Amino acid sequence: MRQLWRKISAFLSVYYAYMVEYRAELLFWVLSGAFPFILMGIWIEAARTTDVGLTPVEFARYFLAAFLARQFSVVWVIWDFEREVVEGRLSPRLLQPIDPVWHHAAGHVSERLARVPFILAIAAFVFLIYPEAAWLPSVGNVLGFAIAAIAAFALRFLVQYTFAMFAFWTERASAIDQFWFLFYTFLSGLIAPLEVFPPLVRAIALWTPFPYLIHIPASLLVGLPVNVGQAVLVMGGWGLVFGLANRWLWRQGLKQYSGMGA
Amino acid sequence: MAAIAVSGLSKTYPVAVKEPGWKGTISHFFQRRYRLVQAVKEVSFRVEPGEIVGFLGPNGAGKTTTLKMLTGLIHPSAGEVNVVGYEPFQRQPEFLQAITLVMGQKQQLLWDLPALDSLKINAAVYGLTDKEARSRIGELSEMLAVEKQLTQPVRKLSLGERMKAELLAALLHRPKVLFLDEPTLGLDINAQMAVREFLRDYNERYRATVILTSHYMADITALAERVLLIYQGGLIYDGNLDGLLVRFAPYREIKLELARDGRERDLSERELSERVLSSYGEVRSLDGCSVRLLVQREQLTQVVARLLADFDVVDLTVTDPPVEEAIGRVFQTGAVA
Repeated sequence: MRQLWRKISAFLSVYYAYMVEYRAELLFWVLSGAFPFILMGIWIEAARTTDVGLTPVEFARYFLAAFLARQFSVVWVIWDFEREVVEGRLSPRLLQPIDPVWHHAAGHVSERLARVPFILAIAAFVFLIYPEAAWLPSVGNVLGFAIAAIAAFALRFLVQYTFAMFAFWTERASAIDQFWFLFYTFLSGLIAPLEVFPPLVRAIALWTPFPYLIHIPASLLVGLPVNVGQAVLVMGGWGLVFGLANRWLWRQGLKQYSGMGA
Repeated sequence: MAAIAVSGLSKTYPVAVKEPGWKGTISHFFQRRYRLVQAVKEVSFRVEPGEIVGFLGPNGAGKTTTLKMLTGLIHPSAGEVNVVGYEPFQRQPEFLQAITLVMGQKQQLLWDLPALDSLKINAAVYGLTDKEARSRIGELSEMLAVEKQLTQPVRKLSLGERMKAELLAALLHRPKVLFLDEPTLGLDINAQMAVREFLRDYNERYRATVILTSHYMADITALAERVLLIYQGGLIYDGNLDGLLVRFAPYREIKLELARDGRERDLSERELSERVLSSYGEVRSLDGCSVRLLVQREQLTQVVARLLADFDVVDLTVTDPPVEEAIGRVFQTGAVA
């Protein structure tokens, strides 16, 4: 246990230092996730003129929460892993008695910590320009959001890392994630809360992993109703499916690996 | 027990074949064609604990592919490999703890951080305590003379400093078997010597087994008593360096200094080389009155006698040709086939 903690501590402290080296770049990455704010404007305007299920203030809060959920679940492991396989940079990592995923996971978690000040600054700025949306969520809501956001990040990371395994065969595995991103954009709650979806679409969507990546954490933060039992079941189920697939693909992929360029 | 035992090791892999131009691209899009490349063919050898073995061969001979199989990075197509009692491709933690691979053209250190940060990760990965890590980093950095450079971002280090830091990172866990693939690639002469000296010290201090590939023959002659020669995927020689030269480069070099007023003074260098000296042996160089000739070993006495009789010789020495040149000739002329 002590050894494990030493590893976690060493990885996080070093990768945090690494991420802080790129702080200027980090600001642009945070700003590039401002898509929910564009949709916030559109939905607020729609809610002012017609009944679309939520009030303008609820839309503002939802999209701010969606922005936060997105910030905490951003994942890029597939691009890093693909490059490692194609350029043979996976080789030095395979020679160490630790799964290479440690490096990627530590990079992502550390980046999250380095990102927090920028995220808070942007949230404060939104409250400043739209003060009606300002609210103080309850401790329970914040806790629920934190747990859901961590679970969303873990699931998104696992899914993308599983797709990344195809780099052993196709070398351009990121194309698979791009295809997945199409469904993610529509069903995750990024462009609209699930409340405005037709009931059948909403019911189907809730059995896919997508709403649990944005919509559920955001709903927990703003206080929209959430079926927690279903959320645990669906996320756990998809986590298990992708987890098993990941390990199988990893073992098969290593047999394909040629250590190109190294 | 041998540190490394390899028997009938082979690796075959498919390579996509594409014709150039539009036609080639379109037919490649619809129907991929592959040809099988046999990179390593039934290679067998053993390396005892503490040995330093030079692994020689021209580009594409199969050296790196063999090293990748020995370290478990790639799966052999056939044959058996045993390294310190483990089958490499199983990647058991005990095996990974016992080996290291240093690739001159690849780096494991985090580019934007000081090497000490990467060493912190390595120390945790290999389960070293803070005290152990500090002591080993101190010892290795002293041997490599890089104490001051470890706190600078890796990107700010010179190539030589970076290579030393890479070596330090690769050896922090004190591996028993070192696989070194071009560890001095691109380094200046001083850095090359420092790295060689360090490797010799490390081998003596920890009785580590070393397999070394290098295009710098000086690395091999300075470190390895035994060499393995691989050519077109097959192992064609396993023995000491002198034996390699006797077997594959059966000639000697005669260096001649001719008198300035000899009968050859009226000839141009080209005439002297082509018309006169070439009948004695292969002219490797001709600079004024200095000549380097390569002569078959069995004809040496006879050629020397003829040279002394036919020319006004000021000085004459007989040596083995430089190792680089001899090995280069072996591969160029296909003398091994």
